[in-house]
Amino acid sequence: MNMKQFPVICRHLGKSYQQGKITIPALVDINLEIHKGDFVCFSGPSGSGKTTLLNLIGGLDTPSSGEISLDAQRLDKMNKSALANLRLHKIGFVFQAYNLIPVLSAQENVEFVMQLQGLNSARRAIKARAILKEVGLEGLEKRRPGDLSGGQQQRVAVARAIVSAPSLILADEPTANLDSHTAETLMQLLHTMNEEHGITFLFSTHDKLVMDYSKRLIKLRDGRIQSDETQ
Amino acid sequence: MKLLIILAWRNLWRYPRRTSIILIAIAIGIWSMLSMSAFIRGMMEQHVNDTISNFVGHISIHAPGYRDDPVIDHSMPQPNEHLLHLLNEKVWAARVRVPAVVSSERETMGVTLLGIAPAQEQALSFIADAVTDGRYLNNVEDKGIILGRKLVERLETGLGKRVVLGSQNHSNEIVERGFRVVGIFDSKTENIETQFVFVGRHIAQKMLQMQDNISELALLSKDRNELENLLQKLRATSPDLDIQTWQTIAPLARVIVNVFEGFLFIWYFVVFIAIAFGLVNTLLMAVFERTREIGLFQALGMKPHWIVGQVLFESLFLLAIGLVVGNLMTWVTLILTAEGLDFSRYAAGYEMAGLSSLIYMVLNMSDILTANMLIIGLGLLASLYPAWRATRYVPVEAITRT
Ligand SMILES: Nc1ncnc2c1ncn2[C@@H]1O[C@H](COP(=O)(O)OP(=O)(O)OP(=O)(O)O)[C@@H](O)[C@H]1O
Ligand SMILES: [Mg+2]
Repeated sequence: MNMKQFPVICRHLGKSYQQGKITIPALVDINLEIHKGDFVCFSGPSGSGKTTLLNLIGGLDTPSSGEISLDAQRLDKMNKSALANLRLHKIGFVFQAYNLIPVLSAQENVEFVMQLQGLNSARRAIKARAILKEVGLEGLEKRRPGDLSGGQQQRVAVARAIVSAPSLILADEPTANLDSHTAETLMQLLHTMNEEHGITFLFSTHDKLVMDYSKRLIKLRDGRIQSDETQ
Repeated sequence: MKLLIILAWRNLWRYPRRTSIILIAIAIGIWSMLSMSAFIRGMMEQHVNDTISNFVGHISIHAPGYRDDPVIDHSMPQPNEHLLHLLNEKVWAARVRVPAVVSSERETMGVTLLGIAPAQEQALSFIADAVTDGRYLNNVEDKGIILGRKLVERLETGLGKRVVLGSQNHSNEIVERGFRVVGIFDSKTENIETQFVFVGRHIAQKMLQMQDNISELALLSKDRNELENLLQKLRATSPDLDIQTWQTIAPLARVIVNVFEGFLFIWYFVVFIAIAFGLVNTLLMAVFERTREIGLFQALGMKPHWIVGQVLFESLFLLAIGLVVGNLMTWVTLILTAEGLDFSRYAAGYEMAGLSSLIYMVLNMSDILTANMLIIGLGLLASLYPAWRATRYVPVEAITRT
């Protein structure tokens, strides 16, 4: 199997949560390969395991059973610090809300990850400005998150996620807090980024609009894959 | 690094009120530590200086046995040439000092008779400047006597009147002599006014039939710190004499110094505990409020030690700003009290303890450094706890918490 072709591979992946004496199976026997450059959407009812799956793929959480690998590296075998490093260099995140660091300006938020990666300040500034321009936020670089609209904040988050060219961008319900018009603009932006930069995107959503944009739609139910369609 | 500093600095001003409160607490804390230590240092210095100018000097030389029984039998000759050589360029005075009684026509009181060389005492003890009525003695042959104000009251005598001084000579016979009161002195402490009477040294020697012998020799050194060295040299030249520093002669002064230092230490400790609680509490609140943010940092790949660093920088800023303000407050306090703090209204107790009622605050560099270092060092140490708490957040839980 060509690892290069499948940046993400899950084998018999399972995750369960212990709540008191009850074990809640959030994910059961997930087998999955994601193609490079894909634009994948996970959908399904609330509690079906979308967030759990994205968190496992993003190295924010560790599986209870099975294997998961990113660019041929086994995440289920990594320790905390290695996972932090992997997140820093390979994965971009766009969360539903509260994506940005409130005391930093838009540009500083975009530079944040590059700064952790150790890029020098001149290169950071150039890249950050260019990417902010690309997501349509030219002129707003100095604003703090509190002075930006919800849609603008999500775009800053997208800019931060793609600026250091990660292997994968994970977006958990990125449009949940946006009105439909703003959501549409954001999806167009993500779509363009996917086309132009060839970055692999994984979403979770309840939003029909997001599903319409996706190239591959995976439906989850009760922690299992119910259907997997390429459109 | 720069990122951490920016984050810490900006986070500090997210809740200006809370930040100001803890800053004020730190400032007042350091101010109270420094002012208290300046006050106590001032009191100690004052007390030591008073002790030294109460005829103790830095170093006192006596005949063996004099310190246990200060009578005429324990007197010694004038300094020989070896001793004089060492005393050269030092301020020193040779005295007759024996127990005596002084009587007016109404009262008799026990006192200490000091036969002095008036010029020698000028730089060494308080008496020359303390005469407020009448005059100081002119020379060793002066036939007058100087009494303290309180003693004059008790004896119901006055300037120009005659008193009789009595003591014992070598053969245990009572010797007496009449003196005219030529001067009255004031002192900060009543004891001194009732204890000492002053006459010319030759007159005293004649009256006590002790030739040119003396009871004690007191000397001042320019530098209080080289005393030990000087003491060794003096002892080497005159092994047959009893030579001691003020610490031995006036052991109470030393005890008081030790007690004060212990008290300061306790005060530092109390202040520090108060500051530490405030600081840790503030940082913990800051960390709890930023749970999601810290989760985000971790999700984005920030390593735990960076998060610790961020909290510690925040703590360092709080401490540093608080300390700067507190040190400035102390400086202003010292300027405002440069004239001395007058405790005379409440001073009855102080005077009984032999302490002066006018206190000048004294702050030395090492006190400032100790207090500041203590707060910064221990403050950062205490901040490790909230910093560690911050790293315990699991990113998923921190982010998904709403
Ligand atoms: N930290 C946790 N502790 C216990 N159970 C959890 C935890 N996180 C998720 N679960 C459970 O795991 C299951 C899957 O949750 P998950 O959040 O992945 O669903 P989801 O598809 O993202 O739902 P939603 O659409 O509401 O976001 C649910 O039954 C949920 O209750
Ligand atoms: Mg979810």
